[in-house]
Amino acid sequence: MRTSIVTRMAGALLCATAALTPARAADKLKVGFVYVGPVADFGYSYQHDLSRKALAAALPDKVETVFLENVPEADSERSIEKLARSGAGLIFTTSFGFMEPTLKVAKKFPKVKFEHATGYKRAENVSTYSARFYEGRYVCGKIAGKMSKSGTVGYIASFPIPEVVSGINAFMLGAQSVNPNIKIKIVWVNTWFDPGKEAEAAKALLAQGADILTQHTDSAAPLQEAEKVGKFAFGQSSDQVRFAPKAQLTAIVDDWDGYVIAETKAVLDGTWKSHDTWGGLKDGLVVLAPFTNMPDDVKALAEETKKGIAEGRIHPFQGPVLKQDGSIAVKAGEHAPDPMILGMNWYVKGIDDKPPQ
Amino acid sequence: MSFDIVQMVLVTVLTAATPLILAAIGELVAERAGVLNLGVEGMMVLGAAMGFAVATQTGSTLLGACGGVGAGLLLAALFGLLTVGLAANQVASGLALTILGLGLSGLVGAGYVGMKRDPAPHLHLPVLSDLPVVGPLLFGHDAFVYAAAFLVAGVWWFLWRSRAGLSLRAIGDDHTATHALGLKVRKVRFLAVLFGGACAGLAGAYLSLAYTPFWSPGMTAGRGWIALALVVFASWQPVRVAAGALLFGGATVLQLHAQAAGLGLPGQLLSAVPYLATILALVALSLGRRQGGSSAPAALGRVFAPSR
Repeated sequence: MRTSIVTRMAGALLCATAALTPARAADKLKVGFVYVGPVADFGYSYQHDLSRKALAAALPDKVETVFLENVPEADSERSIEKLARSGAGLIFTTSFGFMEPTLKVAKKFPKVKFEHATGYKRAENVSTYSARFYEGRYVCGKIAGKMSKSGTVGYIASFPIPEVVSGINAFMLGAQSVNPNIKIKIVWVNTWFDPGKEAEAAKALLAQGADILTQHTDSAAPLQEAEKVGKFAFGQSSDQVRFAPKAQLTAIVDDWDGYVIAETKAVLDGTWKSHDTWGGLKDGLVVLAPFTNMPDDVKALAEETKKGIAEGRIHPFQGPVLKQDGSIAVKAGEHAPDPMILGMNWYVKGIDDKPPQ
Repeated sequence: MSFDIVQMVLVTVLTAATPLILAAIGELVAERAGVLNLGVEGMMVLGAAMGFAVATQTGSTLLGACGGVGAGLLLAALFGLLTVGLAANQVASGLALTILGLGLSGLVGAGYVGMKRDPAPHLHLPVLSDLPVVGPLLFGHDAFVYAAAFLVAGVWWFLWRSRAGLSLRAIGDDHTATHALGLKVRKVRFLAVLFGGACAGLAGAYLSLAYTPFWSPGMTAGRGWIALALVVFASWQPVRVAAGALLFGGATVLQLHAQAAGLGLPGQLLSAVPYLATILALVALSLGRRQGGSSAPAALGRVFAPSR
């Protein structure tokens, strides 16, 4: 899902690099992983590869793992098929753009099980899975609402797609729940990853009085900018505290370990079935890095919110949720249904900006 | 916008323009000598990786910058060998160089992902650096920014005020005639390519050592391509490269500030401004050519194999 022209160009012409763990026993289940980026991106693909390592460590006698990194979406069918031909019994294709190729290969190899991340099309032997990142953003919003002295928070956004817009809304609703007058400034950088541009966006937001930054882009540059001027920020995709030990409040971490291990076990037991998983804090797919650089009462509130969401007592889109024009999006006593969250293209009341078309 | 913000915006425009100036000024010299090197992005990103790796190992930003320059030189030498020495196709070799650079940078930088170091030190002169507006704008930068300004002035002087520069431009316009005159076409072109590589490597090192002081694969994010566009936009004139880089960098920074300030300007349109400007510059160049005065080096991109 996250790719840049650069990696795509590099990948399209370079052969995807393969790292194969030598097989020791033929009866082991071979589990393949296909990544869109390098495993060293310290973000999306890196986090996915951690789950591969966790799987190898958890079931060392039963599975062997294989991965292909830097696989361009346009050329992914060949790579996925290669894995299936080489005897993989379960294949994780981890980027949105791998959706159609995964389905095509799945048709040719009905006995192989496939797991596609962030997609929406399934088949007999293709499951889909994704994470409710907005739950983490709601917790971050509460922290930001408490921590902001200027009453203004800054949001660095990538592309105007529902996942990003629902993240902004969840963050704002969290912040409003502790500070109804909180203001948010949003800067769209139109990229998933460009450290320079993200740093400039962070500077612009800080200059406009934002004292807490959050981002839906992948580099640690905004955290470093916040650290430089003694303000606070949230990490993205993986725990980035080492980049900004004094600025990171927490980070929304993708954690696929549990899911990957559970699905692999299901294949081993013969209980695997095609299904869709959209898990959050409860399922451990979304994890928050340790709460740091905040007073104890804020930390307690954050822990409590996290626990509440995991136990189902708190829903980030708990009604009443109002749209910007004051119309009711979610009625009191209800919470937003999943299709609404998955298709969100409007801002909640209190955001003084227009979503880009 | 308040006074402080204006000052800050001006300073950030300058820092955003610096990597573009560095990479574009090197490419300009190579293209003036008649060699089109599309591998700027690759040399830049390897410079970023190598620069960060060396600086982390030695603890010295200066050595890191030298490492970045060295990485750029290395790739440029390979490119020079292929295109100048063996008369290989420049476009294909340049694209291959970009891909090679991206791959190698991942390898070199693999052990340094997730590390950070302090940014390159900024100049601070008592009194002068504390002057309002002028102080931070002129006397408060890191060495890379001054290196960029110095390079622009140096390249301008070299191309238009020195005999060697005249030869280089002549070679870029007509390699057959200059070869017949006894000028060392291939030697000059090779050196020009090396200079381009060194500058691109330095630009990359600026990114990983000063601009955003960490290494991450693909962190150049297309700046090498923008530098290439800039050279055309500047119609192969060093001072216009600097002006163009400020315009390109400025448009990016200003649209982010406009969004943060809630001015309601469409961000996508503002991000497109530099590219629109490049297209307009190309149109203007093409019109100029029709009237007989093209500013592109006439032998640009054409391979030269001397008759023996």
